[in-house]
Amino acid sequence: MSISKALNKSLWVYHVNTGSCNGCDIEIVAAITPRYDPERFGIKLVGTPRHADVILVTGPVTNKMKDKLLRVYHQTPDPKLVMVIGACGVSGGPFYESYTLSGPVDDVVPVDVYVPGCPPRPESIIFGVVTALKKLEEIQKK
Amino acid sequence: MTEIFLKLIIGVVSMTALGIVGGFIIQGVDRKLAALMQARIGPLLRQPWWDFLKLMRKENVVPEHAVPWVYNAAPIMAFASVITIFLYLPFAGFNPLMEGYGDLILIMYLLAMPALAMVFGGFASGSPYATIGAQREMVTMIGYELPLGAIVISFAWKMAQSGLAHPFSLKTIAANPIWNLVGPFGIIGFILLLLAMIVVTPAELSKGPFDAPEAKSELAEGLLVEYSGRNLAMFYLALGAKMIAMLGLTVALFFPYTISQYFQVDTTVKIVIEVLFYIIKIFLVMFVSVTLMRVSMARFRITQIVEIYWKLGGTMTFLGLFLIMLDGKL
Repeated sequence: MSISKALNKSLWVYHVNTGSCNGCDIEIVAAITPRYDPERFGIKLVGTPRHADVILVTGPVTNKMKDKLLRVYHQTPDPKLVMVIGACGVSGGPFYESYTLSGPVDDVVPVDVYVPGCPPRPESIIFGVVTALKKLEEIQKK
Repeated sequence: MTEIFLKLIIGVVSMTALGIVGGFIIQGVDRKLAALMQARIGPLLRQPWWDFLKLMRKENVVPEHAVPWVYNAAPIMAFASVITIFLYLPFAGFNPLMEGYGDLILIMYLLAMPALAMVFGGFASGSPYATIGAQREMVTMIGYELPLGAIVISFAWKMAQSGLAHPFSLKTIAANPIWNLVGPFGIIGFILLLLAMIVVTPAELSKGPFDAPEAKSELAEGLLVEYSGRNLAMFYLALGAKMIAMLGLTVALFFPYTISQYFQVDTTVKIVIEVLFYIIKIFLVMFVSVTLMRVSMARFRITQIVEIYWKLGGTMTFLGLFLIMLDGKL
C-alpha cells in the first residue's frame, strides 16, 4: 500500500491500554492539552480503530489483552503505524518475565516507534510522533 | 425542456464544486476558531483538505457483518442529498437554480436525508455501537424537527398573512426580509425563532453539544464507528457541505439583506461585493451557532436533548408563533 504525503499532515491517533497503570495514559492526555496542541500538525485522538492511522499502545500486554490488541491492530485500515508509550510496553518494565504477560508489545504486533519512560513526558511523546513522521518521510523517498 | 436539463447539469456540477470547496473552508475556519477560543494555535485552514486526501488513500474496510450495498451507498446518498439542497437555496442574493420547483418544505425534508443516510449506514454496518448511534440520531431528529417545523410554519404564515404569493417559496422570503414585515411583537417573536434556529443547527450538523449520536468517548464515534477510508471521506464531505446548506438556510430565512444597491459600481463588482457580504454573513452565523455552541458547552445526554428540543425549543417557537400571530392581528 502506497503512503500518501497527506498522511504526514493528518495523523489520527487511537489509544489502546493493554494493562497499563494509567500513568502513560495521563501523559498522553497531557500531550493533547492546549499547552502542546498537537492539532497544529493535524494530530487528533479518535474513538475507533477504523478511523486511526496510529495506534498508541500503553502497558505490557497481559494475557487477557493479547487478543484485543491483535483485533484492534487488524481493525485499523492500512497504512498504519504502531507507537509504544512507556517502559512497560517497550520491555515489560517492572513486570518483565511475569507469568501474566504475553510479552512486551513487539512480541504481539509489529512496532514502529518506541517511547521509553515511566511515564514518558509529553515532550517525549511528541518527539516520538516526530520520529514516526521522519520514518514515514523515509519510506516515501524510496 | 432541454434548457432545464442544461441548467440542472451545470447547476449540479457547480454546486458540487461549491459544496466540496466551501465545506473544506468552513470546517477549517470552524476548527481554527474553536482552537483560538481554547487558547491553542490550532490546525491549518486547509487541514480538512489534508484529512480528506489521507482518507481517500486509506484502505476501505467493509465489516463482515455489514450489509455491503447499504453500507457503501449511505455516504453517497448523504452527499447527493446535500447537493440537491443547494439547487433550491438562494445564494448571495441570486435566485435558487431550481426556483419554482421546490420550496421550504422540500428543503426541510432534504435536510433530514443526510441524517437518514447516516442512520441507514449505521444500522447496515452491523456494529452494536453504530446501532445505538443510529437510534440516538433518530431520537435527535424527532427532537429537532418540532422547532424546525414550527419555524417554517411561522415564516409561511407571516408571508401568507402579508398577502404575498407563494408563501413557502424561499424566493419570496429572500425578497421580503422578515424584519421589515412585522411590528414590535413580531420582532420579539422572530428573535425567539432565530434563537431556536441557532439551537437546532448543531443537532442538524451532529456537532457538540448535541453530538450524542456520535459521542466519541462513550460510543466510539457512534454511527461512523465502522466507516473508514473512502466512505468516511464521503461522510466528511457531506457534513461540510451540509454545514453550508444549513447556515445558508438560516441566512436566507433571517438575514436575506443585500448591500450592493448602496454602491454605485458595475454589475460585476456588485456581484463580488454581494458574494463577499454573503460569506461574512455565513461565517458570522457559523461562529454563533456552531463554534460558540460546541466550545462553550459539554455534550448533553440523549434524554436531555429531547427535553431541550421539545420543552425549551417547542415553547420558544410556539411562543414566537403566538407573538407573530398577535402582531399580525393587531
